[in-house]
Amino acid sequence: MNQAEKFMTGQVEWVQICSVEDIPKLGARVVRTAEGDIAVFRTADDEIFALRDKCPHKGGPLSQGIVSGRRVACPLHDWKIDLNSGDAVAPDEGCAARFPVQVEGGVIQLSLTPEEGCPNK
Amino acid sequence: MKEKLVLIGNGMAGVRTLEELLKLAPEQYDITVFGGEPYGNYNRILLSPVLAGEKTIDEIMLNDEQWYADNCITLHKGKWVEDVNRARRIVRTSDGSEASYDRLIIATGSNPFIIPIPGNELDGVISFRDISDVDSMLESSRKQGGKAVVIGGGLLGLEAANGLMKQGMNVTVVHLMDTLMERQLDKPAGALLKASLEKNGMKFLMEAQTEAILGTDKVEGIRFKEGLEIPADLVVMAVGIRPNIDLAKKIGLHFERGIVVNDTMQSFDPRVYSVGECIQHRGETYGLVAPLFEQAKVCANHLAHMGIARYQGSVSSTKLKVTGIDLFSAGDFHGDETTEELVLQDPGRGIYKKVVLKDHRIQGAVMYGDTIDGTWYFELMRDGTDVSDFRDKLLFGQAHLGDSGHGDDNRVAAMADTAEICGCNGVCKGDIVNAITREKLFTLDDVRAHTKASSSCGSCTGLVEALLSHTLGGDYSESPARKPLCTCTEFTHDEIRAGMKEQKLKTIPAMQAFFEWKTDNGCSKCRPALNYYLLCQWPGEYRDDAQSRFINERAHANIQKDASYSVIPRMWGGGTTPQELRAIADAAEKYNVKTVHVTGGQRIALYGLKKEELPQIWGELSEAGLVSGHAYGKALRTVKTCVGKEWCRFGTQDSTQLGIDLEKMTWGSWTPHKFKMAASGCPRNCAEATIKDLGVVCVDSGYELHVGGNGGVKVRATDFLRHVETSEQVLEYAAAFMQLYREEAHYLERTAPWLERVGLSYVKEKIVEDEVGRKALAGRFLYSQKFAQEDPWRERAEGAEAYEFTPIKRVG
Repeated sequence: MNQAEKFMTGQVEWVQICSVEDIPKLGARVVRTAEGDIAVFRTADDEIFALRDKCPHKGGPLSQGIVSGRRVACPLHDWKIDLNSGDAVAPDEGCAARFPVQVEGGVIQLSLTPEEGCPNK
Repeated sequence: MKEKLVLIGNGMAGVRTLEELLKLAPEQYDITVFGGEPYGNYNRILLSPVLAGEKTIDEIMLNDEQWYADNCITLHKGKWVEDVNRARRIVRTSDGSEASYDRLIIATGSNPFIIPIPGNELDGVISFRDISDVDSMLESSRKQGGKAVVIGGGLLGLEAANGLMKQGMNVTVVHLMDTLMERQLDKPAGALLKASLEKNGMKFLMEAQTEAILGTDKVEGIRFKEGLEIPADLVVMAVGIRPNIDLAKKIGLHFERGIVVNDTMQSFDPRVYSVGECIQHRGETYGLVAPLFEQAKVCANHLAHMGIARYQGSVSSTKLKVTGIDLFSAGDFHGDETTEELVLQDPGRGIYKKVVLKDHRIQGAVMYGDTIDGTWYFELMRDGTDVSDFRDKLLFGQAHLGDSGHGDDNRVAAMADTAEICGCNGVCKGDIVNAITREKLFTLDDVRAHTKASSSCGSCTGLVEALLSHTLGGDYSESPARKPLCTCTEFTHDEIRAGMKEQKLKTIPAMQAFFEWKTDNGCSKCRPALNYYLLCQWPGEYRDDAQSRFINERAHANIQKDASYSVIPRMWGGGTTPQELRAIADAAEKYNVKTVHVTGGQRIALYGLKKEELPQIWGELSEAGLVSGHAYGKALRTVKTCVGKEWCRFGTQDSTQLGIDLEKMTWGSWTPHKFKMAASGCPRNCAEATIKDLGVVCVDSGYELHVGGNGGVKVRATDFLRHVETSEQVLEYAAAFMQLYREEAHYLERTAPWLERVGLSYVKEKIVEDEVGRKALAGRFLYSQKFAQEDPWRERAEGAEAYEFTPIKRVG
């Protein structure tokens, strides 16, 4: 069963992370897992996104970058990563895997299973 | 319903305007384009390489037909617009098709000038303007040993001649004047150019006036005034271009030499805009690419109803794109009785440079052989910089030869494709040239994005710019009249700082709103700049925005390649104690520090710390009295000293104590870029004070103050500011100089380029000559220090911003 099917059939395992306010606006926090860090971002409009905390370029920690709009700039070499798609902004190429997130009652819930389609999990 | 926009002229200027418009307002217009040529939009300036067989037509296409389809643009190619009914707002073509408009752009470009002589209509007589001309030339060149005559020894003529020669033709260039490219070159440079082209096999007839082109149906030869006749199978007329204003004349639009437009690119009919080679703006016409693109940007801005951009004319520079030849010229390089000339001539190396000065400012420049400093002269000229402070060094260039990372080679035309241009990212000349043509790049930023060349330390920027202009050729110049802070805004650093002060803007969103930022929250380039400007302007009032800080300044430690951090405590004036060393050693052991390293600024760095550990280790270091060294910040870094007269038998003053006093006064202050100081106890200068942002060299009679130096990418020795007698004066001058730099330099501009930009005289005027001003600057510095001298490490060790350093959750 792929991620989309799991999602549609209500079989995503959600992990409660924190409230939206725990992440600074235009900032990020890190969820530490056995498989590696996940960066959880908050935009100016309180949208929440989660990506593998690893830039496709040289593995830089995206959670430490500057967030503007729906983008984060990697702190190591300033690659821009689209928070929604996880893709590097052209002309750079590559991606950071996305993790499903949802906000219920101001609380962020995260799935620890990355979405398909990006090798950088 | 959408408004209707019609573009007449499917060339570079017009289509660039559409591209800019689509970026700003993709949904605003229904767009229709009429173009006379049967192609999409191609890069006309790259026709020379096509002719020379270095590129194909496909490679120089900028917008293929798919692009028009993708953007829902109706393209009528191969159709000539016959008439425009401005009252009913309808465009009509020669085949009777019509389109109505709300706004119209006329971008009809220019026509080659055909000399009115007998025989100019013969088959085989062509100009050099479009793809069909190139096709005719290639066709003629297939004949074995064919003879071509190019009339016109200007930029275009020489590029045509070079291409035909590459195609195996026997080429003679006929020029009316005694100097090649006389609009771009003076006599000595023209002679050098001629000599090297002759070496390649090109022939020249100078000061030759063409009387007639001979032949019955097809061209057979050419006759000159003096009676000389030479045979020819092909004659290329490249004597100049004229704005194409036929349509404008016909429809009664006001014109002089070109269609007259105002600063918003509007013609006298407010619904009709015009851009490109067909216009006349403030009396000038333009035939180069960079100005056209600037116009396109302004025009698009108004079409998108944003209404903030103005075109204020362009200064342009020239390069010739003939393989192996480096030449550059800009501005008025002939000069007159009111100007002065600086000339450097080295025929042995094939180098010639001339800079023309008027009132201590560069009026024009022409260079042959070594052109790497062309962009520098051009910038000085454009900015109207007073060069009297460094005119003795002007001709020797901006010390590019001292740059690290690319040896001593600075003649891009002669470089092999495998020559490394960018030493940080390992990018070769071939990679850059290919990217420029394949990806159709026009600007330095484009090249940086696609190749990464010049995007790290920036030392190769001059070389990359030279490659851009050499590849795009002739007509390229990457120096817009004004440089916006970043792509989020149209405004410059200076305008934004002035506006912030006048309007009393006190937050980043307020600044972005007032200056009509194009993006929601700016970007990683402008946010740190705005944050700094606010911090500097409103000390004690503005609350630092951590999210607009680069990670190093947000976390008060330097991020490393493996996402670990380094910690560097401050050592006042480079001094330390056994207790401090013990504390550092204990911490290094306790936290299993992988590397302990002595820095260049007389301190000790601990590498490989996890982010979570930072507040703890800081806590332990601060118990021993150690504070943050700000080695991570655009801030006061170190004050390097020697031991001075306390120990040294040569010492003249107590340079160590002076260094400590300087550091105690200035630590914690944020600056536009990093700021380093040094104090040496005698002129032997062991503390290397003359490559620091501010250096003090102690002498028996007092202290010499030096400013604006740095090591690094481009070594620059300081300029001497003045001699003072007391250490109190040193402190006052240091505070004033730092504050002037803090208040006036652009964010990320170090003191060296800032000083070169504003001039040493200016800084002396503000700090040395104006005592009241100096004291006021020093006063403002000390005032803002009241809010800056809290040790960020101790605060965080005590729990401040804990969220920054801890994961929000651990799972599994």
